Amino acid sequence: MSAPTYDLGTLHGGLRLPGNKEQSTRNPIFEMPIPAQLVLPITQHVGDPAQPLVGIGERVLKGQLIARPDETLGAPIHASSSGTVVAIEPWPASRRFGDTAPCIVIDCDGKDEAIVPADKPADFTTLAPDDLMHRILDGGIVGLGGAVFPTAQKLMQARTCKIDHLLLNGVECEPYISCDDMLMRENAADVVSGAQILMHALQVNVCFIAVESDKPNALRALGEVLGAAKDSRIVLKQVPTIYPSGGEDQLVQLVTNREVPSGGLPTDVGCLVQNVGTAAAIHDWIIGNTPLISRVTTVTGDGVAKPVNVRARIGTTIGDIIETTGGYTDRAEMLIIGGPMTGKSVSTDRVPLVKATNCILVLSHTPSPGPEMPCIRCGDCAAVCPVQLLPQQLFWYACADDEVKLREFGLMDCIECGCCDLVCPSHIPLTADFRVAKSRIRELADEKARAARARLRFEARSQRLEREKDEREAELAMQKESAKAAGPSAIAEILKRKQKKSEDEK
Amino acid sequence: MLTAVITLASIALIAGIGLSVAARRLPASDGDLVERINALLPQTQCAQCGYPGCRPYASAIVDNTAAINLCPPGGEETVRRLAELLGRDIVPLVESTVPSVAVIDEALCIGCTHCRSACPVDAIVGAHHLMHSVIESECTGCELCVAPCPVDCISMRPIT
Repeated sequence: MSAPTYDLGTLHGGLRLPGNKEQSTRNPIFEMPIPAQLVLPITQHVGDPAQPLVGIGERVLKGQLIARPDETLGAPIHASSSGTVVAIEPWPASRRFGDTAPCIVIDCDGKDEAIVPADKPADFTTLAPDDLMHRILDGGIVGLGGAVFPTAQKLMQARTCKIDHLLLNGVECEPYISCDDMLMRENAADVVSGAQILMHALQVNVCFIAVESDKPNALRALGEVLGAAKDSRIVLKQVPTIYPSGGEDQLVQLVTNREVPSGGLPTDVGCLVQNVGTAAAIHDWIIGNTPLISRVTTVTGDGVAKPVNVRARIGTTIGDIIETTGGYTDRAEMLIIGGPMTGKSVSTDRVPLVKATNCILVLSHTPSPGPEMPCIRCGDCAAVCPVQLLPQQLFWYACADDEVKLREFGLMDCIECGCCDLVCPSHIPLTADFRVAKSRIRELADEKARAARARLRFEARSQRLEREKDEREAELAMQKESAKAAGPSAIAEILKRKQKKSEDEK
Repeated sequence: MLTAVITLASIALIAGIGLSVAARRLPASDGDLVERINALLPQTQCAQCGYPGCRPYASAIVDNTAAINLCPPGGEETVRRLAELLGRDIVPLVESTVPSVAVIDEALCIGCTHCRSACPVDAIVGAHHLMHSVIESECTGCELCVAPCPVDCISMRPIT
């Protein structure tokens, strides 16, 4: 029996935030009915957009592959229910950049007819790890914690490193969000089964499932399943409730006391982190043969009448979900996709639920922290920074646009958790400033790479022109040589022949 | 006697340290400086500065025959960096341009290859009497292909 353990590493800084999770965890997960229309963006993952494989007017079945990425980084997309494709067009979407994204729009017929699986799922333990990864790739599975990195590619990358620990992230430290909590309570067995599949794919023998201490029900449910499963490789870890302990690097530090190097990945210290929701999705695909076509998401905030967790089909619009679960309250003012710290506010509820959507937050008023004042260099931000950066220095250099210093002070390691914003007594929007500075640095790096490439091409061209000129000269010289060797009579002969020819032509 | 030896030795030591620091901090030679200036230039090879390419312009700056504000594609940013490197004053750009790429109107192209030979970075592909095309990711927006085109089918499109 695996009992919760407390032998943990330390996390620098962080904040204890009001959880606001109890509103949405009172009721069990609500099964969202199939909507009239599904809107599926072709980019729901890190990497290149998937290319649509269906045409307008085509009938699709539930679980049918409708878009597939090229050979590069990406994940396929499946139809979430049966129906007819009515459009492939730009649609409002919640994205980091831009407000619309190309989407495949399906009018559902309500029959929810599933596609016949091509092959019966074999026992995963008989599959070679590489075959298992390719199978995971076909399921369209991406990291459901919010980063939506294609899981199969993450696993393949990890296979090239020496990995000894698999970490399942059930921390969910951001306020309001409770979808992983409810998933662990109700589908703990799926999470554990997903962990076993992942361990087989990675060929590792240690798995930690990390859950925050404010989720006793989830801890109990997982403990019971682990006790029954008698799998001694999987250990349940209770971690303290501190934001942002659920960040990938922070969790590795907390659970294994290994520090992920600057600019590195957890795989550099022998760890691979997966979200518990991702593990459950892998179970659904490998054992249940259902690709990633639905997910649990939290609908909460004081702007909705009935905060609850729902399991909805990917592509259901946010408006449909809120309406079905009880609608808005009169005070609803702001719609945020994601949590209050790292989420993005959107202007319309026509945006669809995508694989990344872990929370739909509707707030009544925009919390106004007060006017921005000058930095007084109190250092409160440095004390809470979980990456141990110096936000006050970074702010200084961001204002001065000093790229070299910003790099030197580790701006690129900023995880944009927002802790420094919250504690700043001068109400400086530090994270927003850092985000801008980061994109500026990336832009400069791109420009530099472009210039270097242009220079190489220019130099290669100059060399080629030089070489061609030399070759031409060498050939001319050779012709002169051979003419000289033949003697003046031969030259006279040639000239005579040429003259005759031109006369003939006349 | 001993005092003199110690004094001279310490002077020699201090001078040595000073020289080695100077050697590290200051540009070693003109050739090196040309490289460093060249690295700051945008490498569009557009010749808008009046020199046949970025490197010749860099040499001209070192020879003090060219000002540092002659590079429109580099923008104010490049002027600022050059001023910083050379310890000169920041001067406003002679003219500014928007970053853009060349686009060939494929319906009009007659396949004369004039633009292909004009491109300083080999970013135009196409054979004789066949349609040409710009490799957008490699185009530096130097506009050198626009003038040679006999049917005026090349236009510059700003990068958004």
